Amino acid sequence: MSLVNFTTREITCKIVYYGPGRSGKTTNLQYIYGRVPEARRGRMVSLATQTDRTLFFDFLPLDLGVISGFTTRFQLYTVPGQVYYNATRKLVLQGADGVVFVADSQARRLEDNLESLQNLQANLLGQGVDVRTFPIVLQYNKQDLPADLILTSADLDEALNFRGYRSFAGDAVRGAGVFETLKGISEMVLKRLAASGAGVP
Amino acid sequence: MSTRLNPRYRFDAYVVGAANRLAVTAARAVAESPGSVYNPLFVYAGSGLGKTHLLMAMGHHALEINPQIAVEYMTLDEFIEAFNAAIAAGQGEAYRRRYTDVGLLLVDDVQFLTHRREMQAELLRLTNAMLSAGRQIVLSSDRPPNEIEALDERLIQRFAGGLVIDISAPDYETRVAILRRQAEERKATFDPSVLDAVATLPIGSIRELIGALNRLIAFQAVSEGPLTSAMARTVLAKTMPQTVKGGAVPAAAAGAPTVSTVPSVSETVATDETDAGVSPGQASTRDEFGSFLTEITSAVARQVEAWRGRVAEAVMRWEGEGYRTERLQRLLEGEAPVDPEAALHDYEEDIERLKALEAEAQELDPAVAGRPIFRDPDRVDEAGAEVQRARDGLSPPPGPSPIWRLDDFVESPANRVAVRAARAALEQPGHQYNPLVIIGGNGVGKTHLLNALGNALAAAPGSLVACLQAQDFVDDLIKAIERDRVAWWRARFRRITALLLDDVHLLAGKDRTQEELFWLYNHLAESNRQMVFTSAVPPEELKTIEPRLRTRLEGGLVVELPAPDREVREAIVSRVLREKTGEAEPELAAYLAARPVETVRALLGLVQRVLAAAEAEQERPSTGIARQVLEGSPAGPARRSTGSRTSGLLSPSGNLRSREKMVWDWPDIADRLIEDPR
Repeated sequence: MSLVNFTTREITCKIVYYGPGRSGKTTNLQYIYGRVPEARRGRMVSLATQTDRTLFFDFLPLDLGVISGFTTRFQLYTVPGQVYYNATRKLVLQGADGVVFVADSQARRLEDNLESLQNLQANLLGQGVDVRTFPIVLQYNKQDLPADLILTSADLDEALNFRGYRSFAGDAVRGAGVFETLKGISEMVLKRLAASGAGVP
Repeated sequence: MSTRLNPRYRFDAYVVGAANRLAVTAARAVAESPGSVYNPLFVYAGSGLGKTHLLMAMGHHALEINPQIAVEYMTLDEFIEAFNAAIAAGQGEAYRRRYTDVGLLLVDDVQFLTHRREMQAELLRLTNAMLSAGRQIVLSSDRPPNEIEALDERLIQRFAGGLVIDISAPDYETRVAILRRQAEERKATFDPSVLDAVATLPIGSIRELIGALNRLIAFQAVSEGPLTSAMARTVLAKTMPQTVKGGAVPAAAAGAPTVSTVPSVSETVATDETDAGVSPGQASTRDEFGSFLTEITSAVARQVEAWRGRVAEAVMRWEGEGYRTERLQRLLEGEAPVDPEAALHDYEEDIERLKALEAEAQELDPAVAGRPIFRDPDRVDEAGAEVQRARDGLSPPPGPSPIWRLDDFVESPANRVAVRAARAALEQPGHQYNPLVIIGGNGVGKTHLLNALGNALAAAPGSLVACLQAQDFVDDLIKAIERDRVAWWRARFRRITALLLDDVHLLAGKDRTQEELFWLYNHLAESNRQMVFTSAVPPEELKTIEPRLRTRLEGGLVVELPAPDREVREAIVSRVLREKTGEAEPELAAYLAARPVETVRALLGLVQRVLAAAEAEQERPSTGIARQVLEGSPAGPARRSTGSRTSGLLSPSGNLRSREKMVWDWPDIADRLIEDPR
């Protein structure tokens, strides 16, 4: 993990969007991509299947320019949500500085959310990451759907957020909550700058 | 042109709280040594939080310390105005030159540099000139340098190279303190609950706070009774907007109705957003990325600059303790250190080493300890070498002679008090009987007891016992004076854990030694280190010893070591015989112990003579030989011709006393010396 490099004066934040299949991770990235001035964004790499599901991962590099003398880059990744792509997820998760867990607010997807969240924790633990202190935020996506189909943020907090992470209601298609979520996770990641022993490669 | 310093804006009028403590500490440090600590110093804070006050206070403080220093305070507007006027008059160079004499330049409100390229270049030039000449520049702004729009990156770097520090809104306690002080200055008295009520209002800036207080003072002047907190709230609610927060809005101009000109988030409407696919009304079409970038920028700046805060805190702390902090200041001056944590860690480790070295130097030689190298973490090695030199130069003072042991000291009813006192002193050195003064005539065993005590004290780990004759003590000092090493001599004695001085009466008339002993005594007594003295006479009879020293000896435990009684003498003789011949020879011991001698030393002389005679006769020492030697009875065959050796003392009458003085044999010159009466 290389967050701040005092030698090369670079800050690189790798943020991974995690969550069950079809929860809206790629949509988050696409929305962000659409809002970033062309000069700031790299090419969004999306390796999708024919049915438009993420096969490998999406990658969106953001160049935030020189901040406080540090060339600051954000790299946003998504993982494939489908259960059988765990090897890919592990690979993408490696070296992540923060994770956005995108949950599908639909009531019928609750089990999938739980399974994916458990999978995230297992994979992080497998990489020796302490999930209690690692920057994670939750996004309850698809809150725009009819109320009888979805669980409210409060319900989802109750069901998923037993660790008390910050959570955001989202509607990634229209962009509601997308940048709030990104700001939320970035803030947590950057807060670790001071504490993480800067410059450790 | 430049503004005069407001005489009210001084440090003592500046209420310090958690929100501004760091800034005030830094400002004081700068004012106390302009150009040498944080240069430039950049203070930022919201409007009305005390930047101008702080800047002017620095000016006053610097002038108080050094009235010769040229202090110039100006706002950026004044700077620009003067510059433009000078350029218009073709006096640009002269204008620049006028700053060459300024030792402390205070520039307020530099946030107005936004988009003023020419002035930025001018300020950059001025900053560079000030920095290179080691003169101090202090700037203030309502935001950090990197948030001043379109500010030259080089200026940002210059500012970051010094210390960038903020003042945040005062906390509740500070607000109360400010209100109290202001009320006091205006000679207005309020019920404490009124000031509390004002302090709890959502007012972010000090200026507004004082404005609120002014309103209350005015209101109180026209009302009949004292103001209550409820009335105060009502008064303030009428006259000030309740939404005031954060302190960015200066106190509203009198009477003018204020209209919020800041659009709320919900009021913001889509402007030129063209991205398709987003239905209006659902999600805002603001520049989301721009706002994200702003937040990230400030978060990064906060975090990246956090190390500067840590290093600056360390600089203040260690400077406060008198250590040189160049190494840390270089970090602050540098663009970005490789690893500030490690650098701080290394620095603090060096400080710890210096502390340990200085403590040791203090023990070895206080003159060495005071040297500046012990305050410079960049010279730890030199400090180490210095201490090593001090260590090498300091041989320990003479210790007790190892031949004397307390177990060998024969205890009898006569000397029991002295021996028990010595043992008690050993149990709690420095605490029980300090000093212990042993008095007694010559040859009664004072030296034995003293050295035995010294050996027992020296057995404790870490102890360093000085045990010596008063005459040696004097000689040692004289030698030190000759070589101009008195400080060294003192240091040598000051590090000892116990001082045992034999025959202290010999210090009579030695004023300088007495004085040194007096100081040494105090030093050792203060740190509860054991002292034992022996003297031929009781302290009160030491008339030629300075009273201040004599009374100190009297204040300890004075015990007498009397002349050995028969029991002691017999025990001593038995022991010596056992040591020399392997047998105690009780009869011989009893005979010798019965001899009328006054001192142990004389007794030992008798034993030596008997042993020597026996050796000469090649016989075992016996009462017979002893009688022959000591009484001259014709027990032995080989009586030598003595005629040529007598001094007329030999009397045929066999007078015991005179015979005892007869020297028949000269077994060893040392014995003769022992017998030599003092």
